[in-house]
Amino acid sequence: MARIDLWWLPRALVLGLLAFIIFGPLSNLVLWTIAEKWYFPHMLPLEYGLSFWQRVFSPRGNAMESLLTSIVIAALTVIASLALAIPAGYALSRLTLPFRGLILLAFLIPQAFPNLPVYVNIARFFYQIGLNGTIAGVVMVHVTHGLVYAVWIATAAFSAVDVDLEEAARSIGAGPFHAFRDVTLPLAAPGLMASAIFVFLESLDEFTGTYFVGAPDVTTLPLLLYTAGSGGNYQIASITALLLLVPSIGFMLIVERFLRADVLSKVGH
Amino acid sequence: MQKRLLAILLVLPALIMIVLFFIVPLFASVVGAFEVGGTMGLGNFTKSFELYSSDMIFTLVIVTVSTVLIGLFSVSIGGYLTLGENPRAMAALRWLYRWPMFIPFIVVGQVMRTFLAKNGLMNNILVSLGLLTPLQTVGFLDWRGIVIAFVWKQTPFVTLLVAGAMASLDRSTIEAARNLGASRLRILIEIVLPQIAATLMVGLILSFVTMMSVLSVPLMINAQSPTMLTADIAFRINAHGDYGVANALGLISLLLTAGAALIYLRQSVKERS
Repeated sequence: MARIDLWWLPRALVLGLLAFIIFGPLSNLVLWTIAEKWYFPHMLPLEYGLSFWQRVFSPRGNAMESLLTSIVIAALTVIASLALAIPAGYALSRLTLPFRGLILLAFLIPQAFPNLPVYVNIARFFYQIGLNGTIAGVVMVHVTHGLVYAVWIATAAFSAVDVDLEEAARSIGAGPFHAFRDVTLPLAAPGLMASAIFVFLESLDEFTGTYFVGAPDVTTLPLLLYTAGSGGNYQIASITALLLLVPSIGFMLIVERFLRADVLSKVGH
Repeated sequence: MQKRLLAILLVLPALIMIVLFFIVPLFASVVGAFEVGGTMGLGNFTKSFELYSSDMIFTLVIVTVSTVLIGLFSVSIGGYLTLGENPRAMAALRWLYRWPMFIPFIVVGQVMRTFLAKNGLMNNILVSLGLLTPLQTVGFLDWRGIVIAFVWKQTPFVTLLVAGAMASLDRSTIEAARNLGASRLRILIEIVLPQIAATLMVGLILSFVTMMSVLSVPLMINAQSPTMLTADIAFRINAHGDYGVANALGLISLLLTAGAALIYLRQSVKERS
């Protein structure tokens, strides 16, 4: 007869507690999106319905517009970041650069200093040159912030590709650009894809910079969520939050397919 | 020589972006902190300390407590994922821990605001389970709410780094220690932890800095005084248009972070040498 493993008792207890800590708040959010009526001390909403969803997505609601703005900004941010990060990452991983370590650290600067004072001053500067409240201004702020992911992951992705393969291509007559395009780039593609998704999500979720540089003319989903939440409209805020949550969780579930351990271990080196 | 020039040219556009849109405004904020009505002086700082010195301590305590908790949880989870003996429990934990990782701070703020409130779902559940009476419930929407939100959101990120570093360790020393009868806790602390300390440090410092600059969570969970410096900066700008004090507060939070960044720089220099 199989002996019952008594260790499952503490294991189940800890895992159950962890599950509650992680999924409790999340299920709370989902409940709020479909709660028509919910007040203390009822554990669950008294009435369920989708009327708030209708309101959010109605032609007069501004969620669709914010969603579109958010996606346009995130897509432009990805294109600009990759255009900057692919050459930089290649140079940092393959070519000899003076002060390579310092250059890598330079990209960390936007993450290594509190951003708020910087955004405040960018907003002031953008205001003078007419970039405040424009999509272009917001994209520039998002690119600067996302570059560390783009450059570091691109550098790690290129480092994880075997140099010999590129040299083999060169030795049978491929030019440096061809060798890069046909050998190194495809092999690094999963890592680059990961960095693109990172940058996309960073931009989609960014609040502080958009709050100073974009508002009130550019309303992204996070700004809509903030406005609805501070107006006490928890249903609208929760629906917006859920819209932001879906891509984040989707990425979390697939991140390891793109970011393998061999790339991950080279990040920041 | 030509190759070196090419390398510099490839990196340059990205570097210019950082200089133009981060380092220059950062510099402007440092200069702006000393500008009082057209002349240079320390007026903004005296005003900052007068009005917000309790918020400075509040910020530092919250971020430090959160960082310590994040370190503790990430090492525990990473340690179990590396040294655990039950594949099914490990798989469950691996599946569980990472859910909050990419959830944006603004969503975390909204989620926690409704979950931790005095009449939020957490207290409602405890009341219906009979663990609390409605009169005993307390809201967590103060410093505790901010710490919970930070730890909830940042632990998976640090754990991902830590567990990745632990997984790529050489297993032979671990197996040797286990064969000699060392307990798993002792292996974790004495053998695994020293080898992944650099990675843990990087993760914690990045989290520290991130938490120092999050605006949405303090605004949504605890906007009344005492609050975090980020909320004060936003308030100075939006309510008073007072860039001087806002920049001074920015510089102060920068100095608080500089301590953490210094540790990181020393770590990475040591690693590269």
